[in-house]
Amino acid sequence: MGAYLIRRLLLMLLTLFGMSVLIFVMLRLVPGNITDIIFDSAGFVNPAQKAKIERQLGLDQPIVTQYVRWIAGLARGDLGYAFVSEKPALDEILPRIPVTAKLAVLALVFSVLFGVPLGVISAVRQNTALDYALRVVSLSGLSLPSFWLGLLILMACVQWFGWIPIYRSTPGSFWSELALLSIPAAAVGFRSSALVMRLTRSSMLEVLRQDYIRTARAKGASDPSVNYDHALRNAVLPVVTIIGIEAAFLIGGLIVTETVFNIPGVARFLVEAIRWRDYPIVQNLVMLIAVVVVVVNFVVDMAYVALDPRIKYEE
Amino acid sequence: MSRVTVIDHDVELTRAGANVRGTLGSVLFFARRYPLGAVGALIMLVFVATAVFADAIATFDPLTTNARDSLAPPGGSHTLGADFMGRDMLARIIYGARISLAVGLGATMLGCLAGMIVGLLSGYFGGWLDLTVQRLMDIMQSLPLLVMALVMAASLGPSLTNTIIAIAIPLVPNVARVIRSNTLSLREMPFVEAARAVGMSETRIAIAHVLPNTLAPLIVLATAQFGSAILVESALAFLGLGVPEPHPSWGRMLSESAAEYVRTAPWLVIFPGVAISAVVFGTNLLGDAIRDMLDPRQRF
Repeated sequence: MGAYLIRRLLLMLLTLFGMSVLIFVMLRLVPGNITDIIFDSAGFVNPAQKAKIERQLGLDQPIVTQYVRWIAGLARGDLGYAFVSEKPALDEILPRIPVTAKLAVLALVFSVLFGVPLGVISAVRQNTALDYALRVVSLSGLSLPSFWLGLLILMACVQWFGWIPIYRSTPGSFWSELALLSIPAAAVGFRSSALVMRLTRSSMLEVLRQDYIRTARAKGASDPSVNYDHALRNAVLPVVTIIGIEAAFLIGGLIVTETVFNIPGVARFLVEAIRWRDYPIVQNLVMLIAVVVVVVNFVVDMAYVALDPRIKYEE
Repeated sequence: MSRVTVIDHDVELTRAGANVRGTLGSVLFFARRYPLGAVGALIMLVFVATAVFADAIATFDPLTTNARDSLAPPGGSHTLGADFMGRDMLARIIYGARISLAVGLGATMLGCLAGMIVGLLSGYFGGWLDLTVQRLMDIMQSLPLLVMALVMAASLGPSLTNTIIAIAIPLVPNVARVIRSNTLSLREMPFVEAARAVGMSETRIAIAHVLPNTLAPLIVLATAQFGSAILVESALAFLGLGVPEPHPSWGRMLSESAAEYVRTAPWLVIFPGVAISAVVFGTNLLGDAIRDMLDPRQRF
């Protein structure tokens, strides 16, 4: 186990290192940098001034020097300065994390709360009208673009309540913040809940066909006991994986949803920074996302070992 | 779909499927066995026809602006209304089918082709090549699909081809992983050993014997990726980093209209979203049926 952990940690570091090189090179492959955007909007180009700004931002240095400077800064906890706001990138990114994290947690809670029970019901009532209805609903969850779902929710709020749920940075109580955030969280979580539901269903069905379930029924265990005590406990394992992966990948849905609901979180900030070619923000945010994905994957694998005594990582 | 696949996968179907004759017969058989899949195929067919015959179907030009018709509500001469610039919504949705399907199909095919080659090479030949490829795939999979596509789209610049490439690249690792694990087990099969025994070259075995056996999982995967490719295209366009003007993209139609028209012109928000959802719903229905048919292990 110890050797496995060390190998795993080294691989994680290697992956993150590769990601940092990839994102760094990709950003600088783009024809044009922030100075071009500034001068584009000004309508004329002053080459001397352009070179001066590039020098100030360090964009005139060779790409390797720029990269080494970035990584050395990261090691000291210095993320550089944002091009647009000229503030330290850390001060731009950190305050935007909590709201995105809250949205992600709410969306996950939503997806588990709906996905797992509905998936179980769908499996237990396989091939009934209820099962078909739930399957169509879950398939539609995978088909609706989440930004459109968000717009529909906005529209419904306007139509029925004459009110748009706009997030304010200083909301009143805990409950009003929860209420305001749970609307966009539902828009994001619908897709994940559909995924969780489909996986719970197929995983349940597979377990329900196994011999030990037949044995349990044969010895006279009641239906609920078989379904929940015997089957669900085993069926829930792959579901844990998908929940973990979804937790890391929710950021995709959050990008569009934060844009629709005008929520000042990191996900929307990433898109803005990409538009402005604000390298320090984009590369640090992308690294942050990669770290979250890699760490969550690791945690999921470890959770697997804890949940299923049959699995052991050795070698 | 070939008759053989249908018969192979289930004993109870042998009797029913044995009577299937001809293309029409297979189609009817598929429709009876997988009604939801048939509905999905029908939806796809409608959208493909719309894209192909857009010039004949649309009564307006999707790009012509007309100040007098600005924000015209549905009904009247504009069946689905008109946008702020007075462009006909129906025509824009009809032509938007071309963009959506072109990007979906292009990105899926490109991503699957690249993933197939990468997966086959690393699975069949193994060694340092496999190790390198695996680490590369790890790196690519450490970003969510949309984030990867966003960064790719931004660094390639806005155009139809670049959007296709930007969406295809993040699809590669998913495909490569599946093909690789399939290849790993196929490599140990007796028929590969037999081919080697009669003196076939490794490259030929990989292409002629291993590759065809990975096609079933590839098709299952491709249909699943097709839907997400269309969704990612619409999200990129919505965020202003997708297919540029003047192409009418459903996603961008929503970003132009988005929040401000929720109150004043809801038809601008509803119809493009319905189009995206319907296409993706169709591919998902069809994809599920194809998976049930080709991948009996997952069938319930």
